[in-house]
Amino acid sequence: MKAKITMEVTIMSIKWDEFFITGDPLILGSQIAIVLTMIGAVAGITYLKKWKYLWTEWLTTVDHKKIGMMYIISAVLMFFRGGMDGLLMKAQTAQPEMGFLDSQHYNEIFTTHGVIMILFMAMPFLIGLMNVVIPLQIGARDVAFPQLNALSFWLFFSGAMLFNISFVIGGSPDAGWTSYFPLAGKEFSPGIGNNFYAVALQIAGIGTLMTGINFIVTILKMRTKGMTLMKMPMFTWTTFVTSILIVAAFPIFTVALALMTFDRLYGTHFFTVSGGGMDMLWANLFWLWGHPEVYIVALPAFGIFSEVISTFSRKSLFGYKSMVFSILGIALLSMVVWVHHFYTMGSGPAVNSFFSITTMAIAIPTGVKMFNWLFTMRKGRIKISSAMLWALAFVPCFVIGGVTGVMLAMGAADYQYHNTLFLVAHFHYVLIPGVVFAVFAGLYYWWPKMFGFMLNEKIGKWHFWLFVIGFNVTFMPMFFLGLNGAVRRAYTYSAESGFAPLFMLSAIGSIILAAGFAVFCYNIYWSIRYADRNISSDPWDARTLEWSTASPVQFYNFAKLQEVKSLDPFWHMKKKNEGLTLYDSEIEEIHMPSNSWLPIYMGVIFGIAGFLLVFEWHIAAALAAIGIFAGLIIRSFDYNEGFHVKKDEIHRIENAWRKTEGEVHDHVS
Amino acid sequence: MEHQQSKSFPISHVIGFVVSLVLTFAAAGITLKTNLSFKVIMWIIGSLAVIQAGMQLFMFMHLREGEDGKTNLVNMIYAVFMVIVIVVGSIWVLTSGHAAH
Repeated sequence: MKAKITMEVTIMSIKWDEFFITGDPLILGSQIAIVLTMIGAVAGITYLKKWKYLWTEWLTTVDHKKIGMMYIISAVLMFFRGGMDGLLMKAQTAQPEMGFLDSQHYNEIFTTHGVIMILFMAMPFLIGLMNVVIPLQIGARDVAFPQLNALSFWLFFSGAMLFNISFVIGGSPDAGWTSYFPLAGKEFSPGIGNNFYAVALQIAGIGTLMTGINFIVTILKMRTKGMTLMKMPMFTWTTFVTSILIVAAFPIFTVALALMTFDRLYGTHFFTVSGGGMDMLWANLFWLWGHPEVYIVALPAFGIFSEVISTFSRKSLFGYKSMVFSILGIALLSMVVWVHHFYTMGSGPAVNSFFSITTMAIAIPTGVKMFNWLFTMRKGRIKISSAMLWALAFVPCFVIGGVTGVMLAMGAADYQYHNTLFLVAHFHYVLIPGVVFAVFAGLYYWWPKMFGFMLNEKIGKWHFWLFVIGFNVTFMPMFFLGLNGAVRRAYTYSAESGFAPLFMLSAIGSIILAAGFAVFCYNIYWSIRYADRNISSDPWDARTLEWSTASPVQFYNFAKLQEVKSLDPFWHMKKKNEGLTLYDSEIEEIHMPSNSWLPIYMGVIFGIAGFLLVFEWHIAAALAAIGIFAGLIIRSFDYNEGFHVKKDEIHRIENAWRKTEGEVHDHVS
Repeated sequence: MEHQQSKSFPISHVIGFVVSLVLTFAAAGITLKTNLSFKVIMWIIGSLAVIQAGMQLFMFMHLREGEDGKTNLVNMIYAVFMVIVIVVGSIWVLTSGHAAH
């Protein structure tokens, strides 16, 4: 009886004053804005009577293209959130001894900035593009497991939302995106902020892992007739290798986060200093996942640049085979470099030398790729579109990031650079050109395929120039600040340090960067309202199969599955005028998967269970977890075989887009 | 391969069985009948166990058979590589040099 009462008390003793974060005007403003936005969204959808549309066309969809678009929309929203964090940091350090943010708030902001930008912006943006493009590029009608794909999205979304509410409910994690122990342990971070980190990333990570499995199977098993591995487009290759890296690396993070959860919630001692724990084991496991993760986001980006550069140089990719082998080399090496993130742990000369050498070796395959892109452009008929501009700017910016990376790779020298802004500048020079430029290039390039109209090229150039100039002005000074001794993650500095002018320059750069992002958002708005809808399904005169079908792509992707004879198959089909026309006799019924409510249900229930776990309300969390098992059981008794698209309907859809092809406005030549 | 499996004498199974017996008795003999130090014995019988496990994969577990034979082999090698990197790598990094203190 007594035990029962204590239990009830634990459940009911919610400290409501700790539940909502109070007392900070910035956060109060956000809380009000969030509530108003939610009311506005619900009211708007109800007023326009769009609930049913939203449910049947988007929330329950298993269509890879729509899932991809939802990934991209989420990523743009998260880009906004992470960008705001970045701007707040830049405002705080613009002048010495600023009182804009206190140290605790600053800690929370750089933590959420890092996590959100890597895991909830870069990852979903790339996975979104992969979702939209890969099945089309390999000539398939969907991914191998469409419902699993939807589940991946909803788990990612659930994790992202759980992580994002932390700053208004309960408090944000504040131990850095790496959340090193012992700082991230219960002893030094007693609040629930780091519980959000452990649980939200776990949920999102499960989704990512399933995406990896899904794409490996899709690419191995669902390529159209004749497309051997060495005839796959480069973006498909990089996605394939990235998926292998996901399957190899994410389980390490899953385990590390689970151990972290045990440490924080149930008092185990895996990573604590006391009780026989090993704090550096966390750093070790984190980077065993974390370094491959860098390549998980960089490799698909390299694939996007390969497609864009080849299309806009009107040449096939230079050194295709060396490209493939360099991707494989990068993937292999990326598994054996993780210690370069903590040379200063002091593991001794043998360990540090080994990891210095492997790290420097990565520059070789990356250099091979660089020269391949340059040689692809050589003697090509280059068309400077917005997408191509991003690819062009990527080359010099990424080289700066890469060369400073080789500097940091030297274990002995790293003792000097470690934990300074030099490092921060380095990885922003790698990740922004290597990932953000790539997703922008990919978005401008594939936008017409997704939506049937183009993003405005003129506004696109404003977006490009503001963003690239802003990026360089923001991060170039940080190299010099770091060499002068400015440390990362410090919320302020003294006037005597002499850092003030460069910090101010960097802050001004961040405003230009933000203006670039604002122009990008405006471009989306402008193009949705005013862009020409009457465009070709192949507006760039491109080379791969996704451009051989309608824009926006019909839900079954291809009326007939193509046969591929060479690299750049669509280019050769156009040159030889083969396989472009569809004969009535070739139309057959198409088998497609049905929508399902289970993925979104699982996302919601995972979110609820995760939220309760974060607050350590264990009984309530266990009750919610029953819902997860219920979902699994329902799924295993789900015998829905999908549906067949009738010949008449295919006929009608194909006629509609093929007929208009002749009279469209051509944008390229 | 499948033809060989069904019709002819299962020579690879017999060889595998005999080699397994030899390796097992060798391990038992070294442990029970020699006066080597504990550390040396552990290294020897550990190595013998790994050799036997690897051999059984080829002899009994149909590793190279079927249309996915090559893929299976690549997967196994990759998995072994990953295990070595994660386990041996972590132990090496966390127990050598100053990290040991």
